Amino acid sequence: MPPEANEDRIILYREALHEALAEEMQRDPSVFIMGEGIGERGGSYKVTADLLQQFGPERVIDTPIAEASFTGAGVGAAITGMRPIVEILFIDFCLLALDPIINQAAKYKFMTGGLGRVPLVVRTQGGSGTGVAAQHSQSLEAIFYHIPGLKVVMPSTPYDAKGLLKSAIRDEDPVIFIEHKLLYTAKGYVPEDEFLIELGKGDRKREGKDASIIAWSNMIPRTMEAAGRLAEEGIEVDIIDPRTLVPLDAPLILESVRKTNRAVIVQEAIRRGGVASDIASIIQAEAFDDLDAPVEIVAGKNTPIPYNEALERASIPQAEDIVNAVKRVFYG
Amino acid sequence: MGKKHKYSKELLLKLYRTIYTIRIFETRCIELYRKALIRGYFHPYLGEEAIAAGACAALREQDYIASTHRGHGHCIARGADIKRMTAELFGKQNGYCGGRGGSMHIADIEAGNLGANGIVAAGAPLGLGAALGAKIRHEDRVAVVFTSDGGVNNGVFSETLNLAAAWSAPMIQIIENNRYAVSTPIEDSTRVPELYKRGKSLGIASLEIDGNDVLEVYESTQHAVELCQKGEGPVLIEAKTYRHGGHHCNDPGKYMPGDKVEYYKKHDPLKIARRHLIKKGKALEKEIGDLEKKIEWEMEEAIEYASASPEPPVEDFLQEVEKY
Ligand SMILES: Cc1ncc(C[n+]2csc(CCOP(=O)(O)OP(=O)(O)O)c2C)c(N)n1
Ligand SMILES: [Mg+2]
Repeated sequence: MPPEANEDRIILYREALHEALAEEMQRDPSVFIMGEGIGERGGSYKVTADLLQQFGPERVIDTPIAEASFTGAGVGAAITGMRPIVEILFIDFCLLALDPIINQAAKYKFMTGGLGRVPLVVRTQGGSGTGVAAQHSQSLEAIFYHIPGLKVVMPSTPYDAKGLLKSAIRDEDPVIFIEHKLLYTAKGYVPEDEFLIELGKGDRKREGKDASIIAWSNMIPRTMEAAGRLAEEGIEVDIIDPRTLVPLDAPLILESVRKTNRAVIVQEAIRRGGVASDIASIIQAEAFDDLDAPVEIVAGKNTPIPYNEALERASIPQAEDIVNAVKRVFYG
Repeated sequence: MGKKHKYSKELLLKLYRTIYTIRIFETRCIELYRKALIRGYFHPYLGEEAIAAGACAALREQDYIASTHRGHGHCIARGADIKRMTAELFGKQNGYCGGRGGSMHIADIEAGNLGANGIVAAGAPLGLGAALGAKIRHEDRVAVVFTSDGGVNNGVFSETLNLAAAWSAPMIQIIENNRYAVSTPIEDSTRVPELYKRGKSLGIASLEIDGNDVLEVYESTQHAVELCQKGEGPVLIEAKTYRHGGHHCNDPGKYMPGDKVEYYKKHDPLKIARRHLIKKGKALEKEIGDLEKKIEWEMEEAIEYASASPEPPVEDFLQEVEKY
């Protein structure tokens, strides 16, 4: 949790991201940004607003719709001394740039015997909930999670977004930084003074003794809502947000599970081949004897995201699904 | 003028009908979007109607089209029922995609419309594949691919065009050059904004036309179909046009210079088609007015149909999706 959560500097998630970008660009001249509509237009979600005015067109580069090439160019620039931030409008479009990300950036350090480094950040945005349908709503973190050599960051609050983005930019390895389209206007406390959040350090978003919930990104506000309802029924949940999926703060997750003896993992992505299944396997391997109930996974349905609002809602975990899963592990 | 025109009144009426239908469909649906009856992204085809209308009128029943994120016009011009289109935008069960696709994925597969696409330039290889299949089956079909100017700068576009040429595919690549990718002017994305030249560099017959003049589009597409039939495909057509507004319904388009928008609103595909209809088709104002009223009425019917159409049942959907 942020140190002084009752402080009064409350800003939006997108403003927090903007601050991180501006501060790091100010601090280090090798940091530059490229992407579609990020300059003059300031980005679809206003995250890069006024950076062009502040840092000029050499460091804030509007690109054509050429994801594979400008991402690949980011990799090349990173290898040769720059710290590029490549913005890909929707995580769905990262699929056009998988070669530079997965075959190039992720493997370069290893393939060069550790001599080559790729300090690249790919900033992108995923998730459903706005009716933009199957090709603009996916939760694809598992694809990147699967690949050795990539770090995967998924902040759920303005505070985390800022601290993690600054660390991602300073990191020597490629980082996939996944924002959520429903979180850009989420509000939260962010201190005036500079701070960093170490990649690989999870955060306890709520303290409780009865069951652990592990969730990230937009599933955090949803889980917090579920926690409120459960508290009314006398069940206190411990909410762990790993914040970065790679590296994963397994010790924090395990500590929580050992305390509550019950675990529910919540992800927006579909279940098959997902990160939740992997976390469940870690829990059962490391804390089997501490479990009083099978680990529950609440995940998106096995479907492309529908356009229709009711179907879209039915496709992704809602607070009531989380409440029900916690009751299952609690009452057995 | 004097000389006898080669265009029948029937054809001119058909072209005008299509353009006017797209105009009314988009205008009314934008209003419904503002009332939150339509959600998600909505990229209007206003100002570009003549491209879809002219191109599709030159196609035969057996031909294919692949569309873009700005796809309502293509769908209508390929003969879609605006009732089922409106129902799709409402997310309803009777929509073309059962309410699952929405604006960006609207498809009319029976009519050979492979569908709109949420991924810029992704329709190009799909169209190439349709053309390739027809070629392998020795069928007389062509595939028209609509691609936006922004899409031309994506690698997949160049690869597709080169492949189409290498395979002599019966594919007609129509570039809808409205000069912007969202707010980025075409000049900022390429040194050669005359996009038809991309085709020339690959040995492809390439034309540059006024996309706001439906007859120019119609004629060049007809010509392209003939070339494809002779095995001289693919053909590239750059149709120059301009949006009447922002990139989507929520973009005011402030970056578009006022005088340019004014110019293009005068050089409006609808006005041009209307002039053709009067001059070359000898249609009377009254006749056109009646047709317009009829189309407006059809649109109101479509909205009623969409409103009355049921929501797709959530229970059925949940049964259909597998647990894991
Ligand atoms: C591969 C890909 N990258 C980015 C986008 C986001 N996007 C949607 S439309 C658009 C601009 C398209 O401009 P243009 O290709 O000229 O088509 P127009 O909207 O002008 O018809 C962008 C960047 C996308 N849908 N697909
Ligand atoms: Mg364009």
